[in-house]
Amino acid sequence: MNWLEGYRSRELCEALTSEIRQLADQPLRFMEVCGGHTMAIRKFGIPSLLPESISLLSGPGCPVCVTGRVFIDQAIYLSGLEDTIVCTFGDLIRVQGTDASLEKARAEGKQIRIVFSSLDAVELAKRNPEKKIVFLGIGFETTAPGTAAAILRASREGLKNFSVLSAHKLMPPAMEGIISEGIPIDGYICPGHVSTITGTKMYTPIVEKFGIGCVISGFEPLDLLQSILMLTRQVVNRKPKVEIQYSRAVKPAGNPEAQKVMREVFEPADEWWRGLGILKNSGLKPKPEYGQFDTREVINLPDFREKEPRGCICGEILKGLKTPHQCKLFANTCTPANPVGACMVSSEGACQTWYTYEGKN
Amino acid sequence: MCLSIPAEVLAIQGDEAEVSVNGNRLKISLMVLKNVKPGDFVLIHSGFAIEIIDREEAEKTLEIVRLMKADKN
Amino acid sequence: MKGKTDRILLSHGSGGSLMHDLIRDLFVRHFDNSILDKESDSALLQAPSSNIAFTTDSFVVDPIFFPGGNIGKLAVCGTINDLVAAGAKPYCLSAGFILEEGFPMQALEKIVESMAEVAKTAGVFIATGDTKVVEKGKCDKIFINTSGIGFFPERNEQYLLKEKIGPGDRLIISGFLGDHGMAVMAARNQMEHAINFFSDCAPLNLLLDGLLEVNSGIKFMRDPTRGGLATTLCEIAGGSTFGIKIFEDQIPVRPSVKGLCDIFGFDPLYVANEGKMLIVAKKGSEQNILEILKKNPLGKNAVIIGEVTSENKGLVTLVTSIGGTRIVNMLSGEQLPRIC
Repeated sequence: MNWLEGYRSRELCEALTSEIRQLADQPLRFMEVCGGHTMAIRKFGIPSLLPESISLLSGPGCPVCVTGRVFIDQAIYLSGLEDTIVCTFGDLIRVQGTDASLEKARAEGKQIRIVFSSLDAVELAKRNPEKKIVFLGIGFETTAPGTAAAILRASREGLKNFSVLSAHKLMPPAMEGIISEGIPIDGYICPGHVSTITGTKMYTPIVEKFGIGCVISGFEPLDLLQSILMLTRQVVNRKPKVEIQYSRAVKPAGNPEAQKVMREVFEPADEWWRGLGILKNSGLKPKPEYGQFDTREVINLPDFREKEPRGCICGEILKGLKTPHQCKLFANTCTPANPVGACMVSSEGACQTWYTYEGKN
Repeated sequence: MCLSIPAEVLAIQGDEAEVSVNGNRLKISLMVLKNVKPGDFVLIHSGFAIEIIDREEAEKTLEIVRLMKADKN
Repeated sequence: MKGKTDRILLSHGSGGSLMHDLIRDLFVRHFDNSILDKESDSALLQAPSSNIAFTTDSFVVDPIFFPGGNIGKLAVCGTINDLVAAGAKPYCLSAGFILEEGFPMQALEKIVESMAEVAKTAGVFIATGDTKVVEKGKCDKIFINTSGIGFFPERNEQYLLKEKIGPGDRLIISGFLGDHGMAVMAARNQMEHAINFFSDCAPLNLLLDGLLEVNSGIKFMRDPTRGGLATTLCEIAGGSTFGIKIFEDQIPVRPSVKGLCDIFGFDPLYVANEGKMLIVAKKGSEQNILEILKKNPLGKNAVIIGEVTSENKGLVTLVTSIGGTRIVNMLSGEQLPRIC
């Protein structure tokens, strides 16, 4: 894919950083809300290229990080039920529930499988009609269409043993939630692949209500730097708006087919976010007509309570209020090998990213 | 949750596509993306194609930055 | 093979005639050398010098067959490479097998054959071995332990030591990174037929013998196996009086391996290699070493990837392709296939 090489061109990136440097004569705080951006920014060493005046904050863009421990507890419980197999993306396997992780549960013999696609879980259900298959639906708007497609396939094939435990979440409520909490930011670097699905419409209220600019960014160094330049220009010109930097993958209307599939299967639901609490209509659950594919409707789940570990400040980190270095547990009690909080488990969590790319100090 | 990577569509069978990621062959679902043709480059995420990459736009974006660089010099 | 059974039975490990037949007809036949043929309790060897390199490794890779090799080939190469990394000339190996009851004989034969083949290519012999069989479920198909002995060439009055590394030294990697780890990942996920690359598993004495017999400027070497190049560099720099700086632009990764890494969400810097050597070379000697490596089929993609510095002591820093810098840390635990 040689046509992508230019996006890593040192010359072009230097031109962008030079332009940013000239314009950014005031302190600016931009927040990204996408785990992929968290990683890319650190991986390419972008903070080391920007002027001191620009701070890049990491927001609640890692779906694993913002999902509560109860979800893991429920998944572990389900995997221990007779004739039930829990299917999950690999990211979730080390996340700590209240007492244990899925990895630990699997080592103890519980039925847990890693899948690469929701459709793999449906296939498993088809091939094992005597087992109940539960798919852990985690992720934002990028991933939700895939889960919806899986439910549609299961429905078309008349499967009676497939269900989804949904923890899918929507970005805009969290983005508004951050601002409503009074966290000062001058612009949002918006998630690239979420926007591929949704298009730009959902960011308009943020600009209109709060006067904060939104630039949808790709993941290559040139994308990120150009997005930061665009946001800087918006602030300097006092013209906050929604802009697409990632035009090769994001259309203003988004992906209509993916949206259709999502709308067919899911409806919004209130959802708890680490750091932000319960946000109205910020989650997705299967509609009543697909209730037989909603794990919560077909299996009785015990009442688990959310309990955050002492000293863990993932909530504040997810809001950009604190950085990982400000956490007492960071790099001593809480490390990638022995994570305490979700931000350290996920390779896109702020804490693991910092640990990996910025060192322990 | 944004890990999506570009892949070249080699062939289409029903609602599945065979794609190549730098020579590695995968089968990807087209259940959430319409109008895909062999030769297209698509973004794939968790087993699904989620969008066709617009190569013209890719070039346009680079051109904007090149012009900006030229202006500065 | 006399009295053929198509699967390993518990009796194959119990010391009786079935075991003796297995040893003679499979192991001794393939490993074929005068020392092993004696079938004595211990191999009796003559050491050319009193400076000996001795190493051991156990191999439990899953799956046991992968594009480019299998657990047996891996065992022989892995142990040879540990000896080579120390600067020694590999001489002989031991091979201990723990087999799960029911393990297919055909698979065992294939594994032993390839061990014999690669040992022969590398000029090394299997001097002694052992076979045990455990009940079904008590081990995962086959585990292999190989220990190896090597001797130091005449010129090597000094061992390759980490203490000799200092600012200004250059870092060379002998070829593409990540081939082995990703070939295994592909096999583990039924994608063997989807990929167009394979494990780089190879005995590196064939690459480095010549260089180790002269004063080439090589100060230290390590083969970046589990944990990849990043881990090896962190091991070298950690707790030392120097830092290591590498350049992302110089790190060689095949596009297809990079593509598969992207699919799994892996970083090639952390992916295992089984046919590569990291060389720390005295400043000024690197070009010559590079030329010699590149003339060898196992080293044709060798490249200088960085240098040893006096700043950032104890740390490994990477200069990114766009000129930024970041730290390279040890991984903790396995890389997980990433979706996000």
